[in-house]
Amino acid sequence: MLNKLQLKKIPGTVKFLIGVLFIYGLIFFINKSLIISGIEKTYWMLLKIVPLLIFVLVIMIIVNLYVDSGKIKKHLGKESGFRGWIYAIIIGILISGPPYILYPMLKEFKENGMKNSLLAVFLYNRNVKIAFIPVMIYYFGLKFTIIISLAIILFSILNGLLIGFFVKDESLI
Amino acid sequence: MKVKKAIRKSLNSLKTMVPILIGILLLVNLITVAFSDSYSKLFTGNYIRDSFIGALAGSVSFGIPVTSYIIGGELLKDGVSLLAVTAFILAWSTVGFAMLPLEISFLGKKFAIVRNIINFIFSIIIASIVVLILKIV
Repeated sequence: MLNKLQLKKIPGTVKFLIGVLFIYGLIFFINKSLIISGIEKTYWMLLKIVPLLIFVLVIMIIVNLYVDSGKIKKHLGKESGFRGWIYAIIIGILISGPPYILYPMLKEFKENGMKNSLLAVFLYNRNVKIAFIPVMIYYFGLKFTIIISLAIILFSILNGLLIGFFVKDESLI
Repeated sequence: MKVKKAIRKSLNSLKTMVPILIGILLLVNLITVAFSDSYSKLFTGNYIRDSFIGALAGSVSFGIPVTSYIIGGELLKDGVSLLAVTAFILAWSTVGFAMLPLEISFLGKKFAIVRNIINFIFSIIIASIVVLILKIV
């Protein structure tokens, strides 16, 4: 059995995973098929995520190697000005993949001087998904799709301004 | 040397992410499987309350946005208002209550919490604006 000191050494993230596995174990005795479906769904999702994680790892290595804090500060930091907002919007729309995959990369950007407000603008514009637009048109129509996409882009700016106001750059990490 | 350092730094960042990512995916998929057929039962027919419920349901749900379009399309067929469905699909992709622990660990507690609260409110406001514009044009 683990003693208190050994238990303290286990990172919080691992403790969280153990907690979830414990919940799975408990529910397994009540509803076996639910647990099997949950595991299957997670397995397939993880398989899809692995290539994305490798891609993100490569980007992070490139960022660590070639992108210095001066460049990030210039284009996405305090000195970036109006151009920084435009960059954040465009990159947010163009970069695909679930946001949680991008968090480590965004952390690197942040540590190198990216502003909170632009981080928020980037994340909000990820919701204008070019690849999914045909599906949205199919279900909700062209007019709806155009209006909601424009609204997301416009509100991303307000979103960034509010984040910049409430979360000062020093208090992010 | 510089390359090694960059690889090590990047790998360490990703390593922190893996256990919490697996945990969250397991948890969210369990909830999704358990409640996947219950979305239409959540809505009451009240225009304002439904938009709030839509945003809330979208906030706790998880998956690629296309899934929310399909569910949203089905909800519309079931008679749920466009306002509620729009709030639902917006919150689905902009608010991530399930991903909050991961966002906090990488981008900071205050940033993650404030961002998700703002996005939740925005999903209702934008939904109202979109529906209003659609009625005008």
